[in-house]
Amino acid sequence: MMLEAKNVHKRFDGQDVLKGIDLQVEKGDVVAILGPSGSGKTTFLRCLNFLERADRGELVFDGERFDLHAANHADIARVRKKTAFVFQNYNLFLNKTVLQNVTLGLTVAGKMKKTEANEIAFAALRRVGMENKLDSYPSQLSGGQQQRVAIARGLASSPEIIYFDEPTSALDPELIGEVLAVMRQLAEDGMTMLVVTHEMDFARNVSNKVLFMADGSVVESGPSKAFFENPQAARSRDFIRSILEARQYDLSVTFA
Amino acid sequence: MDERLWNILVDSFPQLLGYGVRVTIPLTLISFALALVIAVIVALIQYADVKVLRQICRFYIWIVRGTPLLVQLYIVFFGLPSVGVVLDAFLAAVLVLGFNEGAYMAETVRGALESVSRGQMEAGYCVGMNYLQIMTHVVLPQAFRTAFPALGNSMIGMLKETSMAATITVMEMFRQAQVINGRVYESLALYGEVALIYLLFCTVLTWLQRLGEKRLSAYGGKKA
Repeated sequence: MMLEAKNVHKRFDGQDVLKGIDLQVEKGDVVAILGPSGSGKTTFLRCLNFLERADRGELVFDGERFDLHAANHADIARVRKKTAFVFQNYNLFLNKTVLQNVTLGLTVAGKMKKTEANEIAFAALRRVGMENKLDSYPSQLSGGQQQRVAIARGLASSPEIIYFDEPTSALDPELIGEVLAVMRQLAEDGMTMLVVTHEMDFARNVSNKVLFMADGSVVESGPSKAFFENPQAARSRDFIRSILEARQYDLSVTFA
Repeated sequence: MDERLWNILVDSFPQLLGYGVRVTIPLTLISFALALVIAVIVALIQYADVKVLRQICRFYIWIVRGTPLLVQLYIVFFGLPSVGVVLDAFLAAVLVLGFNEGAYMAETVRGALESVSRGQMEAGYCVGMNYLQIMTHVVLPQAFRTAFPALGNSMIGMLKETSMAATITVMEMFRQAQVINGRVYESLALYGEVALIYLLFCTVLTWLQRLGEKRLSAYGGKKA
């Protein structure tokens, strides 16, 4: 087991957002975290990278135990070193060019030489098809391009796992495809990924595991195929049905 | 215009300009540098929410913004000697102008810091940087860009406020106009002339400010 989260709890303003989440991730897994809005998916993902402090919970990463509530600076730095995080709103450094966005962590935090960092960054940017925009600033790029740069920034530090927090939710519909294509390629290359998403096709066809959450609890988890073809819990069935209905509605609008 | 008045204006112009360049502008630049240092420190303390220091900063801003500059100058230059603190007039002017404008600029810088999205900080943490590194490379440069126009205005305001230093015996441009006027009694002409030189200085500053804004907009401008 590469990564295991146990009994993760989080309260916001007296409300239980996470009520004891468990998750197991093997190397090479692509886990889709699904669920209705407000189910705590994003909070859970953020807790795993200490962007949010869980009230309780344990993380086992490469056999090393971390307390998700009480971890110190050194622990947090060690976990973050092995992970990358892709945000819904990209969060590229707005004052840096595409190339600098990818190298900044390497040169500043990793004390790497600039030439070496540039090489790594160039390779990462080529992987996401952004090697022709090295000197552009984020404000000059489309949302899809920004998100691809953000993925390259994550790749540059050679993480063991990449967390994606609704990576396509802020994008215009016509830009979603290019980002999903990059993620699919990463999955095929064997990258371990944990993806909070509303993209059902991605969850169904690219991810191999699903964690379905509702109201701060795990309702169902298991292989994607089984989840979509034969959902066990009533909540899961309702969720899948509502997604399919929404899609039919979309189509009827599009082609009416 | 009669010849006497014309000669007065022509004779006084280089003198006034000389004081402007040798005293008013250095006084402005030094005071502004001090104000900027104070502003950044005070803004950072508030941004990072350092407990006790934060209270001290609020207190400082409250005092400075709630009292007139002229009164502050008098207290420091004429008042402090009675408790044994005797300051050179120029130094007193620098300190008062710096601390005065620093309080206003601190609010500017704090606002600019808070306008930088928290996501920038989170992204910095996720690529392994620590707080100080993120501030230095990401947050402060962006905040500086946001604050730049307002800071430029502060500098222009400060340039004009240096004329108040005349009241505490600093021999700057306006004081020199007063001295010349004491000899020739041509208030309208001389104060008009000195006003024109202030206007000239401010115009140059405005121009520099615009140039700077253009430079800085390279990365932040609207989508190309």
